[in-house]
Amino acid sequence: MSEAPAAPPTVSAEPAGESGIGLLVRPPRPRAGWRLLPARVAAMCAVELQKLRHDRTELYTRAVQPALWLLIFGQTFTRIRAIPTGGIPYIDFMAPGIIAQSAMFIAIFYGIQIIWERDAGVLNKLLVTPTPRSALVTGKAFAAGVKSLIQAIVVIVIAALLGVALTWNPLRLLGVAAAVILGSAFFSCLSMTIAGIVLSRDRLMGIGQAITMPLFFGSNALYPVAVMPGWLQAVSKANPLSYQVDALRGLLLGTSAHLALDFVVLVVAAALGITAASGLLGRLAR
Amino acid sequence: MTPDTAGAAAERAAADDAVTCTGLAHAFGGTKAVDGLDLAVGPGEVFGLLGPNGAGKTTAIRCITTLLPVPAGMVRVFGHDPARDRMAVRRLLGYVPQQLSADAALTGRENVTLFARVFDVPRRERAARVAQALAAVDLTDAADRLAKTYSGGMIRRLELAQALVSAPRLLILDEPTIGLDPIARTGVWEHINAVRAATGMTVLVTTHYMDEADQYCDRVGLMHRGRIRALGTPAELRQGLGERRRAQGAPATDPPPTLEDVFRDVAGSGLDDTSGDFRDVRSTRRTAHRLG
Repeated sequence: MSEAPAAPPTVSAEPAGESGIGLLVRPPRPRAGWRLLPARVAAMCAVELQKLRHDRTELYTRAVQPALWLLIFGQTFTRIRAIPTGGIPYIDFMAPGIIAQSAMFIAIFYGIQIIWERDAGVLNKLLVTPTPRSALVTGKAFAAGVKSLIQAIVVIVIAALLGVALTWNPLRLLGVAAAVILGSAFFSCLSMTIAGIVLSRDRLMGIGQAITMPLFFGSNALYPVAVMPGWLQAVSKANPLSYQVDALRGLLLGTSAHLALDFVVLVVAAALGITAASGLLGRLAR
Repeated sequence: MTPDTAGAAAERAAADDAVTCTGLAHAFGGTKAVDGLDLAVGPGEVFGLLGPNGAGKTTAIRCITTLLPVPAGMVRVFGHDPARDRMAVRRLLGYVPQQLSADAALTGRENVTLFARVFDVPRRERAARVAQALAAVDLTDAADRLAKTYSGGMIRRLELAQALVSAPRLLILDEPTIGLDPIARTGVWEHINAVRAATGMTVLVTTHYMDEADQYCDRVGLMHRGRIRALGTPAELRQGLGERRRAQGAPATDPPPTLEDVFRDVAGSGLDDTSGDFRDVRSTRRTAHRLG
């Protein structure tokens, strides 16, 4: 496996440009400032998609939980009619909430990957490339968004199979994608921020476990804000997940939503998350 | 490549060297890991920074690679000060850290492509450049296999390809052969040398394998407790010690000193009381094996 090569490397039947070392003496021209960020985001997202292509196990195993929520919880509560949903079946009402939840669950543990990359030396190597820390964190945040989006598509398909009346309007679906990616960008940055504070995988796991359920139950994912007690309404108002669910519900089901406010909150939350995580990334690099 | 920035005369003088460190110091809490390091690496040479574990080699490397903040004026990389122009320094660097750090969940080609992307290699030449980098380290046939199926030596060569794809002027390798078997070590070194010969790039390498340094480095700096204690070509250092010993009355029949003898000579009795005897090499290799 680790043979010592003697002759100069021979390249398979490629055109002349592929062999030799000619390109490796010419440094690439730096990209102009404004094009750097989208290029880094694209690079990080590409890696995430490549990993998913090589190993889809996670995609399938992560589909089990949302499927159970929709199947058991959704169908049961649709029969009981215990929760006022404004005239739509309960399973329809909760489907956007479950989509948001499954996307959040992926994002909230994304910091573990950062800690793994730190331990493996990958993070240091990326930090020695011409990539500002904020661009690296933004790239990672959107990579988490892409991963969540693919998960969301799986859940949307499950929901459609269970008879949830979802929109197929492409513009609205584009809005759904944007809401999923922005929400995941925020939650992955929250995770990377915590990673930058606790610096260990085990502690991050514990904190992640501790905050996911409160974030989920403290939102409008399972029940409308109106039926919550006052204190929980306040929690829900401060919880970006609620705005994400509101946007998803409005876009997928056509219920009344505050789309403008939802997207403003999601964009601001993602920006704050990126700022916080970039600030703490240096602690991981030490 | 000529520096196209409108640099002052002082900048140009420092630009003659690939790397200069002037009184470089870095402390972690109360521990002075690097304590007044002076160093000049000429363009195109293979410079070995040698020393036992804990000598400060990795910390020095991290200062040069912009991973640790340094005050202005202490470090220059081809005339650029990492304290002032971090991005310019990073564009000149190819960096291979001590751990085996390829992404196991990606193929070899994808691992290299990522670094082509983050160094702004334009799309039209990306595939060709990645193919050349992989060919330069003899990984063309394994390029589309996941890196988790690679041996330690192959991962090291893959990392070399990752570093080469951006055509760095300075290649920095932190313990590149740690944890590898002797054949893989030779393979890694032969690839480093072939690439250096073909591209003329400067190589700064840390190692605690004195035999490797003796064989492959143009010049070495022996580092102990955060400072360079001896500097020169391996032959100069060995001859110097031999002459000193003969002047002190050692018989001419003594075997000629090795680089390790030179190191023991300059480090004096202080070698054994800190973390770093050469016996530690074995435990480090075990650690590296576990990480890999």
